[in-house]
Amino acid sequence: MKENGKFIKRAMVIGGGIAGISASIDIGNAGYDVVLVEKLPSIGGRMLQLSETFPTLDCAQCTLTPKTVETGQHPHIKLLTYSEVDRVEGKAGNFTVKIRRKAAYVDWEKCTGCGLCQEKCPSKKPSEFDRGMGMGKAIYTLSPQAVPNKPVINPSNCRYFLEKKCRVCEKVCPVGAIDYEQQDRFVEERVGAIITAVGIDLIPKETFGEYGYGTIPDVIDGLAFERLNSASGPTTGAIRRPSDGKVPKEVVFIQCTGSRDPERYMPYCSRVCCMYTAKHARLYKHKVHDGQAYIFYMDIRSTGKGYEEFIQQGMEEEGILYLRGRVSRIFRDDGRVVVWGVDTLTGKKVEISADMVVLATAIIPQGGTKGLAQKLGINTDEYGFFTEAERKLRPVETNVEGIYLAGCAQGPKDIADAVAHANGAASKVQGLFAKH
Amino acid sequence: MKIELTRQKVHNEFAKKVELISGQNLFACYQCGNCTAGCPVAFAMEVGPHEVIRYTLLGLEEEALGVNTFWLCASCLQCTSRCPKGIDIARVMDALRMVILRKKDRKDHIQISEFQEGFLERVPQIAFISGFRKFLS
Amino acid sequence: MGSIMDYLYFPGCTLYTKAKNLDQTARNCSLLLGFELKELPNWTCCGATFPLATDNIMALLPPSRILARARQEGTTLTTLCAICFNVIKRTNRLIQNDGEKREKINNFIEMNYQGDLRVLHYLEILKQEIGFPQIKERVRKPLAGLKAAAYYGCMLLRPFDEMGFDDKERPTLFEEFLEAMGAEPVDFPYKIECCGSFQSVGSPEVATECGYKILGSAIKNGAEVVVSTCPMCTFNIDHKQSDIKQKYLDFKSIPVLYFTQLLGMAMGLDYQTLGFEQNFVDPLPLLKEKGFI
Repeated sequence: MKENGKFIKRAMVIGGGIAGISASIDIGNAGYDVVLVEKLPSIGGRMLQLSETFPTLDCAQCTLTPKTVETGQHPHIKLLTYSEVDRVEGKAGNFTVKIRRKAAYVDWEKCTGCGLCQEKCPSKKPSEFDRGMGMGKAIYTLSPQAVPNKPVINPSNCRYFLEKKCRVCEKVCPVGAIDYEQQDRFVEERVGAIITAVGIDLIPKETFGEYGYGTIPDVIDGLAFERLNSASGPTTGAIRRPSDGKVPKEVVFIQCTGSRDPERYMPYCSRVCCMYTAKHARLYKHKVHDGQAYIFYMDIRSTGKGYEEFIQQGMEEEGILYLRGRVSRIFRDDGRVVVWGVDTLTGKKVEISADMVVLATAIIPQGGTKGLAQKLGINTDEYGFFTEAERKLRPVETNVEGIYLAGCAQGPKDIADAVAHANGAASKVQGLFAKH
Repeated sequence: MKIELTRQKVHNEFAKKVELISGQNLFACYQCGNCTAGCPVAFAMEVGPHEVIRYTLLGLEEEALGVNTFWLCASCLQCTSRCPKGIDIARVMDALRMVILRKKDRKDHIQISEFQEGFLERVPQIAFISGFRKFLS
Repeated sequence: MGSIMDYLYFPGCTLYTKAKNLDQTARNCSLLLGFELKELPNWTCCGATFPLATDNIMALLPPSRILARARQEGTTLTTLCAICFNVIKRTNRLIQNDGEKREKINNFIEMNYQGDLRVLHYLEILKQEIGFPQIKERVRKPLAGLKAAAYYGCMLLRPFDEMGFDDKERPTLFEEFLEAMGAEPVDFPYKIECCGSFQSVGSPEVATECGYKILGSAIKNGAEVVVSTCPMCTFNIDHKQSDIKQKYLDFKSIPVLYFTQLLGMAMGLDYQTLGFEQNFVDPLPLLKEKGFI
C-alpha cells in the first residue's frame, strides 16, 4: 500500500462491469492499488450477458474475458465480489469504506472451482442472468469463465434452505467447501479515492401492460435476446422463441420502449437501443436466413464511429425493414404475437402477426444507485443517475473531491463511451494521487 | 406537392384555434404515430390522426378539415391514453369537428332527415344524443 | 353481509327504454345483496358525452346539475351505463380540481356544488363496498362451465388517471366478478377496444366492423357469451349482430348479456324477471343447454 503521509494512494472502484474493470486496470497499471467491489459473484457486468457487440460484431465474451482475467490476476487489483458498500466515511485521501461480503455458503478459500456442485445441483429455476430464457442452478457461477471462478448458493432456490433436505453439493464437493452456516461478513478498506461504476438495469417488464410484456412469453427484452443469441446462453445461440422453442420467422423489434416517453415512462433517450436493435436484427438474419426482421423506430441515432454504416448495411444487405413509428399495442392471437404499429412515412397503421417481439426497453440506473449516492454524499438526478460536477467540462467528477463516476451510472452509454468515461475517471484518480 | 412555409404560416390562425379549443400544444407532437397505431377505426380513415395534427400545424386548413379522420373518431381515448407526449388527441379531433360545426353556415355532418325508416326506433338514445353532440352544429 | 345502505342512483335515459333489463336486474340484485338503489328525483340526461372541447361549458351543465342535486340527497352516486359513469365522473373531477370552471358552472346552474360526491360504478360497489367473496356466498346457482368474455369497452377505463377503475391496460375486475359468479372468464385481446360508440349513428358501417372484431376475438378465444356494462356497447355488439351477419355471412351469433343479468341468474332470481326478451341474440337456448334455467 502506497502511503505518502496521510493521503492514501489506493483507490476503490465500485462496480465490476466493463467501466469498473477498465478503470481498475488503468489505475493498477499506474502502480496504485485498487479494491474492486462487485455485488455479483463475478466481474464482467452487463457486457458478460451480451452475445456480440456493435459495430464490429465481435463476440462480447471473447473481448471481455481477457479483461476480466487480467483484472483477476493483476498484482495491484484486489477483488471483492459478492460484496456491497455498506458505509463510507472520510474524505479524499482518507476514506474508510465498510463492505458487506455476502454469504456465498461456499468457502472460497477451499473451493477449487471444479464445477461439480453446479453439475449435480438438482434445483432448476429460471435464471436471472439468462433473463428467464433458461434455467439456472441454485449453486452457480455466472459463466464458465467467471472471475473469480467460485460459486455461490442462492438460498431462495436451494432445496436445503427451503426444505432442509438435499445437501447434494456438500456431498459431492471434493474439498468440503460448502458451508450452509456461512453468514454475511463485514470488512473495512481504507482508500484515497473512489470511482463508482455501478451500471444499469432495464425498466421492469411489468411496466408495459399495453405490450403484454410479462404475460406473453414471446415478448422479450433486448438483454433476453442477447442471451438467446449467445453461444454460452440457454439455446447455445440458436434463435428459438420461449413459448414453444420454434424458430421465429417474423420478428418485430421495437425501439424506444419506455424511452423518449415523458408522459408515461422515461423522457430521455437510452442511447444504445438504435444500435443494439440493428445488431439484433442483423444477427437474427445471420442465423435465420429466411426470416424477416422488422424494426419500429422513431429516429435512428447512430452517431458513433462506424455506426451509421452498420445500420445502412443492415438495411441494404440483410433486408431489414425499418418502419418509422411507434407501436401502440401488442397482444396474443392464435399463438402469434400481433403488433399494432404505424408507418408514419406512408401514414398507415401497420399490423404484423409476428412470432416473436423484442423490446428495446429503457435503460435505468441499478436499483441501489440512489442509496449508494447517499452513502457517498453525491447527487443523483430525478431518475437516479449520478450527477456529474459539470455536465460538459467535468463529466467524471462529482461534487465531492476524490469521488468519480464511470460508465452508465452517470447516464446511458455504449461500451466504447463507457470505457472512455472510465479511462477519464481513472486518469483523474492518478492525477489526484500524483498531486499528493 | 409543395408547401411554402413562412413564420406566419407556422404560427397560423387555424392551428391556434385548434389549440385553443382542444387545450393541446400541437408543437409537442413528435409524430411517432402511436395514436394511429392504436386507433380502432383507423382502417376506415383517409389519413391517421397524427397526419391531421401535422396538416394543422403546417396551416394546411383545407387538407386538415377535408379528411374523414375526426368525423370517424369515436372518442374512445385509446390515443389519448397512450400518447407518449401527453397530448389528448381525442380533444384535437373534437376541436377539428368544432371548427367546422361552429362556422356560420352551420353545416351539420349528418342529416336527420336522411335516416332510414325505423333507424330512430332501433338505435338507443345514448347513441343519438352523443352522436348529435358530435355531428350537429 | 355488510351493513344495509342505500346508494343514490342515476339510471340515465337508455335504462328506462332499451336497457330496462340492465336497470331492473341491477335494482333486484341490490335488494338481494342488502342495499337499495335510491333513484335520484327529477334526473335529467347526462349529455351522453364528456365535452372534449375545453371551452364547451354548456355540455358540462347537465352532469353538473345531476351531481349538485345528488349531493343534496347523499354522498355516493352510482350509475350502470358506462357512458353516464364516464361523463358524470369526469365532470365531478373537473369540478373538484378546476376552480375557475367550478365557479362558472355553479353560476350557470345556480347551485353551489364543490365536487365532493363519490361517483362509483355499480361494479365498483360490488367490488369495494360489498366484496366479491361476500357476493360469492350469495350465489345460489353458480354459472359453472359458462365461458364468459368480459367486455370492458372504453368508458369505464379511460382516461386512466380520471377513471381509476382498474389496471390501465390489463384490467381484471370484471373477470373477478365473473369468477365470483362461478363462470369461467375468457380473456380476449379486444376486451378494451372500442365498440364504435356513437359511430352507430355517424358511420354505422364502421361500428359494424368494430363489433365484428370484438365478437370475433371473443369467440376465437372460446367465449360462449359476452358480458357488457354499457347500453351503447350492447347495441353495437348485440343488436348490430344483424348488420354483422349481413356483411359476414359465416358469422355465428353469440349472446351478449348485461353483467347484472348474470348476477341475478347466479343469485337465483327467476329467469323470467331478467329481461332476456330485450337481448337481441336470444341467450335462452345457451342458458338452457348449460342447465342454468
